[in-house]
Amino acid sequence: MSDIVLRVEDVWKSFGDLQVLRGISFDVAESEVKVIFGPSGSGKSTLLRCINYLDPPDKGEIYLRGKRLGDPDTDINKIRSRIGFVFQHFNLFAHLKAIDNVAIGPEKVLGLSKEEARERAMRALKHVKMDKWADHYPAQLSGGQQQRVGIARALAMETDVILFDEPTSALDPELIGEVLQTMLDIAKEGTTMVVVTHEMGFARSVADEMIFIDGGVIVERGTPHHFFTSPESERVQQFLHKLDELYGQTRDERRTIAERDQE
Amino acid sequence: MQGPDIPRLFAVIMERGVPAALQITFFGLGLGLLAGLSLALMRVYGTAPMRTFAELYEKTLRGIPVLVLIYIFTFGVPGLFWFVDPLSRPIVGAYVALGIRSAAYQSQIFRGAILSVGEGQVLAARSLGMTNFQAQVYIVLPQAFKIALPAWSNEYAVVIKDSSFASDVGVFEILKVSLNITASDPRLWLPAMLVVTLIYFIFTYPVTRYFGKKGGGMAQVGREIVWQ
Ligand SMILES: Nc1ncnc2c1ncn2[C@@H]1O[C@H](COP(=O)(O)OP(=O)(O)OP(=O)(O)O)[C@@H](O)[C@H]1O
Ligand SMILES: [Mg+2]
Repeated sequence: MSDIVLRVEDVWKSFGDLQVLRGISFDVAESEVKVIFGPSGSGKSTLLRCINYLDPPDKGEIYLRGKRLGDPDTDINKIRSRIGFVFQHFNLFAHLKAIDNVAIGPEKVLGLSKEEARERAMRALKHVKMDKWADHYPAQLSGGQQQRVGIARALAMETDVILFDEPTSALDPELIGEVLQTMLDIAKEGTTMVVVTHEMGFARSVADEMIFIDGGVIVERGTPHHFFTSPESERVQQFLHKLDELYGQTRDERRTIAERDQE
Repeated sequence: MQGPDIPRLFAVIMERGVPAALQITFFGLGLGLLAGLSLALMRVYGTAPMRTFAELYEKTLRGIPVLVLIYIFTFGVPGLFWFVDPLSRPIVGAYVALGIRSAAYQSQIFRGAILSVGEGQVLAARSLGMTNFQAQVYIVLPQAFKIALPAWSNEYAVVIKDSSFASDVGVFEILKVSLNITASDPRLWLPAMLVVTLIYFIFTYPVTRYFGKKGGGMAQVGREIVWQ
């Protein structure tokens, strides 16, 4: 029980008449990698924003290490600083160099001194192999490099869990590999992660559990092995088949990266 | 008969008129900056009543001629600036009038600039655990100021030109000083106006020229462009 990092309990969310989430529940344990996937518009991004209360759920609860988000006596900003977020479009701070993008959270939010924050930021950049680019502005970096800085920004906060919202889907195919590699690395080091992605190679090699969402509910959940050998519902089968058609070829190439890494 | 002494005209107007013009511009722009930025933040992040207020403010202030505003703040409400020296009341009235009017335009400038920073960066800042205020101070405003620079330098040019309206309430700024000179010698009308034009040019063109090219190339918001 104590190794539950994140608990999502019966989360509901609607925008006007549109019911986006209809009762989503799952737990994420220490060092677990949870992969969430499903069709466009099924509410995956909304779910992640509910989890860190950027968009509070209409109903249901989120617990981070047993602390209920939205409680009047919990400081939501403080809790948010313990939940990392990596965005589809990176969302780096355009006016700050890579190092400052990473250091600003530790300095301004966690209250570290400028030197400590920069040191920590440098370590995080090294971790994602971006230390040589520390003095570059986001506009001077490729998409893959920007996303690795985005991951470093989350790592430097030393959070309890990191949420990823389709971190590679805005990247050119040839840049996806480096970001997936970084994610594989940190997953294997024991980072607790909730990853929305359609990169099935990634899911196959590091996911502890996969969750398929459609229409705002969990349609099916299980291990990668379960999904890739005997998915039950027709919707999942169709969806996986479509993914195969869309990304099959590049996916296979990438899977080799992932599998090579596993050996 | 000798021709007008242009360098002397220039020197006199620079010395006696320009300080007041710059003072009006400085305080007018400054007041406009504080109020305009607040209005812009209200429009972007405020509650519905705040947004409505800001919008109404913009519409109203932009609908009133500058001169009318200046009259309101000088002769219109005589006791308004009871705390300043009576001799300074017209100039204070002028920069308050220009300031609250400029706020209506600066609000638009900053609103555009803030919006062009993009919601994604605000989300990223919030997800690091920054408060809304921190996200504004560390992330949005530094970028917004830079993006706003070209439009803002244009606003400076508009305000310094509009400071000439203060001549009507007796402030010794550029225009008033030259009018006084021509009153003593009508033959100086044309040379004096040429010198006035030159002075306004000197104080606007380099600034708008320089800053017009800086920043993020935001589409022009605010007022009609003075120089580019
Ligand atoms: N702030 C909002 N206001 C109104 N509707 C919204 C808002 N955010 C999301 N939606 C709607 O909610 C639904 C789910 O959106 P969401 O972005 O969570 O889906 P998603 O699963 O992440 O899709 P994708 O794979 O395209 O990213 C969509 O129909 C979307 O239009
Ligand atoms: Mg999404």
